[in-house]
Amino acid sequence: MTEEKKPGWKELPEGDVLESGTAVKFNTGGWRSSRPLWTQSNCIQCLICWIVCPDSSVTTKDGKMTGFDYDHCKGCGICDKECPTKPGKRAITMEAEKK
Amino acid sequence: MVTLKELSKRKDPLTGGHRACSGCGFPQIVRMVCMASKDPVVVVCATGCLEVTTTIFPYSAWTTPFLHVAFENAAAALSGVESAYEALKKKGKIKGPINFVAFGGDGGTYDIGIQSLSGAMERGHNLLYVCYDNEGYMNTGVQRSGATPRGANTTTEPAGKVKAGKMRPRKDLTGIMAAHGIPYAAQASVGYYMDLIRKAEKAFTIPGPKFMNVLQPCRLGWVYDQSRTIELGKIAVDTCFWPLYEVENGKWKLSQKPREKKPLIEFLKPQDRFRHLFKPGNEPLLADLQAEVDRNWEALLERAGEKGGAV
Amino acid sequence: MPIAAKTGNEAMAEAMRQINPDVVAAYPITPATEVVMIFAQFVADGLVDTEYIPVESEHSAMSACVGASAAGARVMTGTSSQGLALMYEILPIASALRLPIIMSEVNRALSGPINIHCDHSDTMGGRDFGWIQIFSENAQEAYDNLLQAVRIAEDPRVKLPAMVTTDGFIISHCMEKIEMLEDSEVKAFVGERKPAANLLDTEHPITIGALDLQDYYFEHRRQVAEAMGGSAPIILEVADEFAKKTGRKYGLFDEYKLADAEIAMVALGSTCGTAKVVIDELRAKGIKAGMLKIRVFRPFPAEKIAEALAKIPAVAVLDRSDSLNAQGGPVFTEIRSALYDKAKKPKIINYIYGLGGRDIMLTDIRSIFSDLQSVDKQKLVNYLGVRE
Repeated sequence: MTEEKKPGWKELPEGDVLESGTAVKFNTGGWRSSRPLWTQSNCIQCLICWIVCPDSSVTTKDGKMTGFDYDHCKGCGICDKECPTKPGKRAITMEAEKK
Repeated sequence: MVTLKELSKRKDPLTGGHRACSGCGFPQIVRMVCMASKDPVVVVCATGCLEVTTTIFPYSAWTTPFLHVAFENAAAALSGVESAYEALKKKGKIKGPINFVAFGGDGGTYDIGIQSLSGAMERGHNLLYVCYDNEGYMNTGVQRSGATPRGANTTTEPAGKVKAGKMRPRKDLTGIMAAHGIPYAAQASVGYYMDLIRKAEKAFTIPGPKFMNVLQPCRLGWVYDQSRTIELGKIAVDTCFWPLYEVENGKWKLSQKPREKKPLIEFLKPQDRFRHLFKPGNEPLLADLQAEVDRNWEALLERAGEKGGAV
Repeated sequence: MPIAAKTGNEAMAEAMRQINPDVVAAYPITPATEVVMIFAQFVADGLVDTEYIPVESEHSAMSACVGASAAGARVMTGTSSQGLALMYEILPIASALRLPIIMSEVNRALSGPINIHCDHSDTMGGRDFGWIQIFSENAQEAYDNLLQAVRIAEDPRVKLPAMVTTDGFIISHCMEKIEMLEDSEVKAFVGERKPAANLLDTEHPITIGALDLQDYYFEHRRQVAEAMGGSAPIILEVADEFAKKTGRKYGLFDEYKLADAEIAMVALGSTCGTAKVVIDELRAKGIKAGMLKIRVFRPFPAEKIAEALAKIPAVAVLDRSDSLNAQGGPVFTEIRSALYDKAKKPKIINYIYGLGGRDIMLTDIRSIFSDLQSVDKQKLVNYLGVRE
């Protein structure tokens, strides 16, 4: 969130009501110390990485995995751990986050 | 049963950008359960990790309607929502169908929330209650709950010089819920996600009160490498520490038998909350914990009409 | 106007039947039980369209009410004492979420010791939770107040929950003659609820009840304070409309022979009925006695009460609960505060009375007025009717 002035009580919606899905504006990608890399040619499109991701950060389109949402991926490595591809033909590998 | 491919085309109930720990296990449970519903879902959530990390004003990670009231009353609040829906539907003010789901941690479900859960189940509301069971009050700093297993280290029943962590066994909440005579009660694990999805899908086709107890490894409270959350969720099942089963209209049915029943230490060893159990001198306690798992497993097998136990 | 013989509880149940709320979630507790019990029979006989949730505790009752109200339903409930106390955790949540839940609160002493009889400690204990609090003197007022509460609470300029109180056993179980409206008149008066935000709108999903950190909580609370303060004119608007229909006038408080009074008392609830008898007696003897009867305790009409009392030389404030703060009851404290800035203000003393259903008799009220005639000799805080 930018350093804009926060709304006063007169502007806020009444009753602790919030629009849905606004968390997407909050960048948790900055939490990472390593990031998942996708090797598309090795990917068997099983979608296991997509379902086991805690941060909804595996992107899909029309039933196919398309990559990672690095704005929100926290680098937990669950996708890598659960990806069923064999060593040498890995679809997902973890790499240290560059500073 | 719906495939992951089909599921991926449905609306994800959670966006990224929530503040759950990296490597957490409950967002996946929420995603699986909500997406397993073909119809729109309205969610009520108890106070706890899930609620706190996904709704920090002005950020909400929820894309479904979401209500949080307090810690111990998710089931009661959802009872009210569901009743309002019934009332307004009768008057033609609202069109269904809508599925109603409550999420609560083991804190808000086994202990402080058990009364309102029991009441809601007994009254027969048309709703599904899902407990994300991470075996402790994690949001407030890993305190013991009625779901904490024997031998675990927590901050309110820690392992120390004279005590080896929690000494009482955990509550069998799934059994308690089954005893309410509800049409569907099930035990699942985030580790076996296709089984979880199948159970949620089934639950949504059954009218009346349903309960799902889902084991959720917690990297912070159980202390293990964050990438192993799903893996540990599998090992818990494969060691028969957390069996997968359903009770449908009073009939107990095992969901899967491990091909090879693994020794309990394969579940305990990777977690630092059990580290003290491996100190020399604690062997009898470890043996006792294994015996407890074995006893419960045999009892479940008998209940489910499966003779002979694991291979 | 149908005329009926009804106890306070029956009158409130009847009002509920005519209001025909979408959802009622309630748990029994003496002396409030009958309100929802009678209503349950209406449900069973198909006289209302209400979804009735027989919850397993008052905490769940209020929780279910919050859920139902967030889902856009018109919601009512009823309780007393320990039941209200068990709801205390959820009451401020209901007002924070701006949900117009309407409650029949039958005033009963808070434990301990456990006592099922009338005093105001339960309602007073909930005075800082953002609920509108309206006190009824008798069954007629209970009926009238409940109908008006629906309009007040649901008004888009208010959106706050409201409790309408009666005195336990004294009014709740006492039969009186009341005038009611026709079913169709009530239906027209209360109209339909138009919720501001609806949880069940799956096309436009919202999150209700998010966590506030230090950067938002204060603003959200300020909104509730503003809504409470701003509700007074709407309470009067609704009362005016009600008066046009029924001829029965209501305000934030009632002045009984107060304008030229030299000695006056302030009280809430059924005691005011008893007091009127003594005041008439004293007036007949040429003594200028009067009374200010508070109807709306929240929002507290401080300025207007101060104006009404300022020129009266001696005032006794009656509290049917004790704040246990070594300086008097809640009504006394608020009235003193209201009068503080007035250039001319009365000598004002407090009587804590009637706790746990201890009756207040005509002799007690006579003694208060007698004390007021030598007010300078009196203690600031007095306990009336207790055995020393």
